[in-house]
Amino acid sequence: MTVKVQSEDFDVGAELAVMTGGKTGIGGVTLFVGLVRDMAGGESVSAMTLEHYPGMTERQLEAIEAEARARWPLDDALIIHRYGRLEPGDRIVLVATASAHREAAFESCHFLIDWLKTKAPFWKMEATPEGERWVEAKASDDTAAARWAKPA
Amino acid sequence: MKILYFAWLRSKIGVATETVDLPAEVGDVGALVEWLKTRSPKHADALANSTVVKVAVNQEHVPYDHPVGPGDEVALFPPVTGG
Repeated sequence: MTVKVQSEDFDVGAELAVMTGGKTGIGGVTLFVGLVRDMAGGESVSAMTLEHYPGMTERQLEAIEAEARARWPLDDALIIHRYGRLEPGDRIVLVATASAHREAAFESCHFLIDWLKTKAPFWKMEATPEGERWVEAKASDDTAAARWAKPA
Repeated sequence: MKILYFAWLRSKIGVATETVDLPAEVGDVGALVEWLKTRSPKHADALANSTVVKVAVNQEHVPYDHPVGPGDEVALFPPVTGG
């Protein structure tokens, strides 16, 4: 189980190799990679700056990773999230989950990115032709996270 | 008490952190936000709509009825937009 919060880029293949190296009980890995888009709300985006809350960010990511591990039989999980200035096409986030069986890997990866989007303290500011603007949270992200709420 | 502001709350208030002496009558997050509004017109403007002001106490998300004390680290920020 690994959490990294960093400004530098990451190599997906290298991270995958480290995660699975020597662990021959893993039957499948699901990977999600988030990228900076060049359009948002009908406007072109030339750059994005990600701010975060050092300390709390790592704590929250570790907590959701622990939650995933409690819910699914995982051999490993990895979250890498970047901060700082990024440009369209740049990688923002990597979520990877490994399990003996694909269902656990698929579901836990989906869970992690949905929860990360509503719980990890990151904020995006986009540079557009109209100037810089803070990205607003989407209700659809709350809906996506809510589907993973445990039944009462 | 240490207060941290992030994203547009930081831009509007003009500082990233400040240390405040908490009045005795401020016992929870909701009262703290109301009291912070009185510190300057910039604070009042930034904190005007509490539905978009989220709070963490000691790096955990908390609701407005969560207690606060002088030794706490309190962060105020808009809804998060990472991922």
